Amino acid sequence: MNLSNVKSPEAKERRKMTETKKEEITKYIVISSDKVLPSDAAMKIYESEFPVTVKETCFGLIVSGAKDDVETLVEKIRQLDKNHIFVKDRGFPPGDERRCRASRGGGPRPGFHFLREEVEMLPAIGAALDELEEKECLMEKSKTKCRLKTSDLEKVIEEELAR
Amino acid sequence: MAKVFIYPINSLILADLVERFGHKPLTMMSQIRGKVTSLSLDSPPINITPEDPKLGLKYAAIEVPAGVRGRMSLIGPLIEQTEAAIIVENPPTDFGCVGCNRTNELTKYLVRSKGVPVLEVKYPESDEEARDFVNEIVAFLESLPKEKPEDEKVEEKESAEKEDKK
Repeated sequence: MNLSNVKSPEAKERRKMTETKKEEITKYIVISSDKVLPSDAAMKIYESEFPVTVKETCFGLIVSGAKDDVETLVEKIRQLDKNHIFVKDRGFPPGDERRCRASRGGGPRPGFHFLREEVEMLPAIGAALDELEEKECLMEKSKTKCRLKTSDLEKVIEEELAR
Repeated sequence: MAKVFIYPINSLILADLVERFGHKPLTMMSQIRGKVTSLSLDSPPINITPEDPKLGLKYAAIEVPAGVRGRMSLIGPLIEQTEAAIIVENPPTDFGCVGCNRTNELTKYLVRSKGVPVLEVKYPESDEEARDFVNEIVAFLESLPKEKPEDEKVEEKESAEKEDKK
């Protein structure tokens, strides 16, 4: 039997609950910036008034909520310092009993060690992204064509005549 | 937009770079999310059930430890979707869900034998190495097609038409 065809209000409500549950995602925002602090990013999210859950951590933020909201917010936060704010998905929602230290008797949660190792490498990765961006800007500038100014044309003519 | 498999499969740096340059990273986190947030008979839903090692039989033989097969039941479907891959050699730590070396070897073997474009780079240990690391990855990602292949577009159109008819 296809459950999507059931029209009772209870079934509709249940279906709605499962649908919203499916769309919920969680993302890590890891901040390795000199300009932006995790608290600044958290304040930015509170200001945005999106219905998401935010948890501030030592390395950045954990944001959880509806997929569209989280993706929009994450993009906004990334723009604060594009090359020094990194984002990745998280499987478990924040504060989940199966992962949260509070319910597991302390100690780092599983998965934190690898994140900590990568966080140490982020300043170098950010610097490399900065360099790459600078190079691209230079390439674009050299590519852009501009109209020859009359003063420059005069100089060229004078140089040619002076030969 | 290509689906890019990354190794280590829960890497923050790789997942971010792939997403930043307009592709979709195939990561363990999305698989885990599917497991732990969907409604199931287990309450709360658990990430690996006794059924998973059986699903892993598609990728590893019966005499292979159940841990490898359980992990492969999550990683295997990702490898099937792979259109390109980035493999980082010698990552300093393999903790948590990617802490099993046998699974990692099998994963890398399956990805390499799939015949998709694979970039193999060394994990950076200095600023200069990090620069080369980023440049190589960016060049590889930019060489991948940004648009979806025509076949997929046609399939999507067909499925949309079917849904409309319903």
